[in-house]
Amino acid sequence: MADGNGSIELAGLVKSYDGVTRVVDGVNLKVPDGAYCCFLGPSGCGKTTILRMIAGHEDPTDGEILIGDEQVVGLDPVERRTAMMFQSYALFPHLSVRENIAFPLRVRGAGTAERHKAADAMIEKVRLTELADRLPGELSGGQQQRVALARAAITGPRVLLLDEPLSALDEQLRVQMRQELSRMQRDLGITFVHVTHTQLEAIAIADIVVVMEKGKIRQAGPARDVYDQPRDRYVAEFLGGQNVLRGKVARIDGGSALISADSMRDVVVPLGAHGGVAVGDTVDFAIRRDDVGLSRPQAVSPESRAKVPSRVRSIEYQGNFVKVMLDDVGGDELIAYVPDRIFYLDPVSVGDVVLAGWDRDKARMLAR
Amino acid sequence: MSQTAVLPPARASAAPRARRRAPDRGGRPWTFYVLAALFVLYVLALYGPMICIYILSFQDVRGGLVFPMRGTSLHWFVDLFTQVRTGDVKGAFGRSIRLAAIVTVLTVIVSFMAGLAFRKRFVGDSVVFYLMIGSLVAPGLVLGLGVGLLCNLLGIEASWYGSALGAQLSWTLPFGVLVMFAVMSRFNAVWEEAARDLGASPWQTVVLVILPIIAPGLVAVALFGFTLSYDEFARTLLTAGSLNTLPLEIWSMTLNVTSPSLYALGTVTTIISFLIIGLSLGTIAWMQKRRARKTAR
Repeated sequence: MADGNGSIELAGLVKSYDGVTRVVDGVNLKVPDGAYCCFLGPSGCGKTTILRMIAGHEDPTDGEILIGDEQVVGLDPVERRTAMMFQSYALFPHLSVRENIAFPLRVRGAGTAERHKAADAMIEKVRLTELADRLPGELSGGQQQRVALARAAITGPRVLLLDEPLSALDEQLRVQMRQELSRMQRDLGITFVHVTHTQLEAIAIADIVVVMEKGKIRQAGPARDVYDQPRDRYVAEFLGGQNVLRGKVARIDGGSALISADSMRDVVVPLGAHGGVAVGDTVDFAIRRDDVGLSRPQAVSPESRAKVPSRVRSIEYQGNFVKVMLDDVGGDELIAYVPDRIFYLDPVSVGDVVLAGWDRDKARMLAR
Repeated sequence: MSQTAVLPPARASAAPRARRRAPDRGGRPWTFYVLAALFVLYVLALYGPMICIYILSFQDVRGGLVFPMRGTSLHWFVDLFTQVRTGDVKGAFGRSIRLAAIVTVLTVIVSFMAGLAFRKRFVGDSVVFYLMIGSLVAPGLVLGLGVGLLCNLLGIEASWYGSALGAQLSWTLPFGVLVMFAVMSRFNAVWEEAARDLGASPWQTVVLVILPIIAPGLVAVALFGFTLSYDEFARTLLTAGSLNTLPLEIWSMTLNVTSPSLYALGTVTTIISFLIIGLSLGTIAWMQKRRARKTAR
């Protein structure tokens, strides 16, 4: 298996345990060699099952898995040249750090001196040299993770699969370790597939974010695309940072729709690629929370801005911005992230009547 | 004016409240002494009778079966192993040790395999489980009788290494399996998966991962197997055939030996039991120490 190509292709991947419900329901995806790919979704959405199928710990009910353009269903993890980092790290409690990391070499028949030499080189890479003789139970969570990473990487896999690698760590360490993961991925130059339910984690490190729901991919693409241009309500709400408003199309005017709902009248939203929208349809559109500005009702604003009258329900100071929660618009919450400096030029208070406004072309129609 | 002067004067400080808890100065509450006394009584009730036997076994040649002590010597211990009239203690002891060793080995092997088998659920697993545990509640004498009858029917002559071994396994295996379940419940299946992911064959997984992790649990199973076999009576009584095991020998001695050598035998077997337990615990401690030492290198 000389091919070092770690590109992954999933084609019509299906997994069902009982033959009725599909945990993974027809997933198609291409991950280029050397990419950092994050599967993002709530628990039970099938993301871990996909990971385990790529790893070879579970067989798909239907569909194909190609690694480096080679069909791998039915092959052992070793033959696939994948390595998995388990959620709880699965370090062997009876073996020292060095022996844990050398384990893959040991089962391949390497001699003690040879494998310890290789392990020590790896230990240095993950900066654990002074802990090489400790047992896993004597290490902190972050150190355990580095051992798991080193152990998975020592045989030079072409794909590294990480199952919720940061979930066992506290907040501060999580940020630190995700940088470390990113660094390791660049150092090793291999494909990383990372499963998480934390959107911040996903968009911070991934080249490709795959948003999943109920066994299906809702959207896959570069982190910024997925965050800034969510395809539908689910993706927008899961990634956060967006207001998703629902209303009825009152009129179609050129490339825009005029949308109305309770307390919202004739808000102009560009149709974009959603040409099939007709008058009377109920549609969702998204507007980023940091694109929403607040003004006093009497203030004049240019025609190019969409405006929704509302009232301040609560205010949270977040440091570099202020989170202003407004009264619901047609059953959807409306939140504005106002930059700290702008907010305090004319601070509003709870109960104030305000106009929430945004540039018309910033709003995005969502798929139904 | 200091700031505290603004506060209203504290009324409570003038008259102490009626019921105030005594401040905790690190002493023990009276309940500690009551419970400690209760525990001492419990220990006395547990070991008192046995201690009587141990003491009486050290009498000299004038010794009798009841207090008071008549002199002190090791006479009855010598008597135990030299006098023919006390029965074949030496032979019975040898048989019991050998039988217990065989039972231990079989119990450990079968329990380990059952533990592996029950890692995953399978069709009929609860039926298999209750069938295994069922023989624990069957009265030992009845079970022994059944084994004896069956051997008779099949034309197998009853012996300590044949029918008695089978009867004892029906007792030690369920126990061993139950202990093994407790051990396996703390074994994380993800270790196995990781081993496979890292390229270990199933055999390497067992030898390099599963066995080392659960080794202390296997020692516990062995200890159970040995002690249960070593003093098993009810199941062995009707299956041992013509040659007695130690518990059977002791029992027959209570019927016809009227000297403190009976007590001496009790002392000797207790010492052996303690040696075995000590050996097992020592092995577990040694395993853990070796593990620590290996990593401290």
